[in-house]
Amino acid sequence: MLRKLIIIFAAAAVAALAAFWFLTRPDAVAATTLVARNADLDNGRTMFFAGGCTSCHATPNQDDRTRLGGGLALVSPFGTFYVPNISPHTRDGIGSWSEAEFLTAMWKGTSPDGRHYYPAFPYTSYTHMREEDVRDLFAFLKTLPAVEGRARDHDLPFPFNVRRGLGLWKLAFLDERRFRPDPGQSAEWNRGAYLVNAPGHCAECHSPRNALGGVDGGRRFAGGPDPEGKGWVPNITQKGLGAWSAGEIAYLLETGDTPEGDSVGGSMTAVIRNTSRLSAADRAAMAAYLKSLPSIEGPPRPAKAN
Amino acid sequence: MMRTMLAVAVLVFGVSVATAQDPIATRKALMKATGGQSSQGAKFMRGEEPFDLAKAKAIFAQFQKTAEEGKSLWPDNSKTGGETASLPAVWEKKADFDAKLAKFGADAKEAAAKVKDEASFKAAFPEVTRSCGGCHETYRARRS
Repeated sequence: MLRKLIIIFAAAAVAALAAFWFLTRPDAVAATTLVARNADLDNGRTMFFAGGCTSCHATPNQDDRTRLGGGLALVSPFGTFYVPNISPHTRDGIGSWSEAEFLTAMWKGTSPDGRHYYPAFPYTSYTHMREEDVRDLFAFLKTLPAVEGRARDHDLPFPFNVRRGLGLWKLAFLDERRFRPDPGQSAEWNRGAYLVNAPGHCAECHSPRNALGGVDGGRRFAGGPDPEGKGWVPNITQKGLGAWSAGEIAYLLETGDTPEGDSVGGSMTAVIRNTSRLSAADRAAMAAYLKSLPSIEGPPRPAKAN
Repeated sequence: MMRTMLAVAVLVFGVSVATAQDPIATRKALMKATGGQSSQGAKFMRGEEPFDLAKAKAIFAQFQKTAEEGKSLWPDNSKTGGETASLPAVWEKKADFDAKLAKFGADAKEAAAKVKDEASFKAAFPEVTRSCGGCHETYRARRS
């Protein structure tokens, strides 16, 4: 009887382990599916600034935002992440990656050696990017300076240090669909929707997250506590920005100044350094899209001082 | 005359007492006034309001005042309380904070001398207000 129980238990454990292993296997883009093409470096540059790569990946404490040596510490409720080197250095950066490997990272959150990336890297948004945009971005990154040196390992407690477990997280929160334009909307709106949701990954900070760290889909863009610590990320649905004109939103993306004459602070300053390098048409498109977001109540936030 | 002097004296005294007693409330009011002028400038930048040289001068005058008065508004005993959004970094890197504030004032002074018309305003204003974000990035908590 006991032996039977042990066998059943062992079989169940093996089955559970197999299921876990199967469900959490990292997915990749096959190189054979890619058709050769010539990269558009100007578009890659636009994607670089729309995507805000440099905000996290630039080597800290130096002014050249194109030196993507990594090393910045990102403090989160799950532990501290150290941003990797994505400069074209062949040993320490992405210099030896193939296009398929880069697409795999951006779309599927999987590294070239087949491990899951933590979603501190916002592949949940980048997964919506068009293939040509990701490939142009990759080509543009290759033109930047190679920086030597690797960042230290992430500092995460158990169970968050088990990367394989992210496979389950991805099943729940990685909606791997490319952006599909809405034919009922204008070309400008669609451009804005694409920039905001795919490369711009605005919702990653401007939405509340659930206990597992997934974006709360029903309250996308409705703001919430600052994931980096003190303060509050504003609601950018019409609940928060209803009084702003599209022109004022575009002006903020260019200058960092709000209609009240305040200027954005914290990590939004770095975002503005990127959006200020986009074309005026792209900023206007983002503004037009943001103006169209229905008013959604965010989590209750502390009363505003002053 | 006497009355005016008395009124001025009371005002000056009142302001300095407020400053000494509550630098947090004072710097908030100062920042709010700064924002009001910055908002005026943005209206000129976006062409929502016809350019007005006197108003433009007032913007840069306020910015200079902000930099000048701001010098004494982040004393060591004002790190917390009053729902301040100032981060501890202000006091950890006080020299840099002070330098940035001084640069803002110097830039505003230079702009005030340079700006003669709409074109020169549109060239100068963004240069000066770049300092706003430069400071808020490091020294102010998110709350909006």
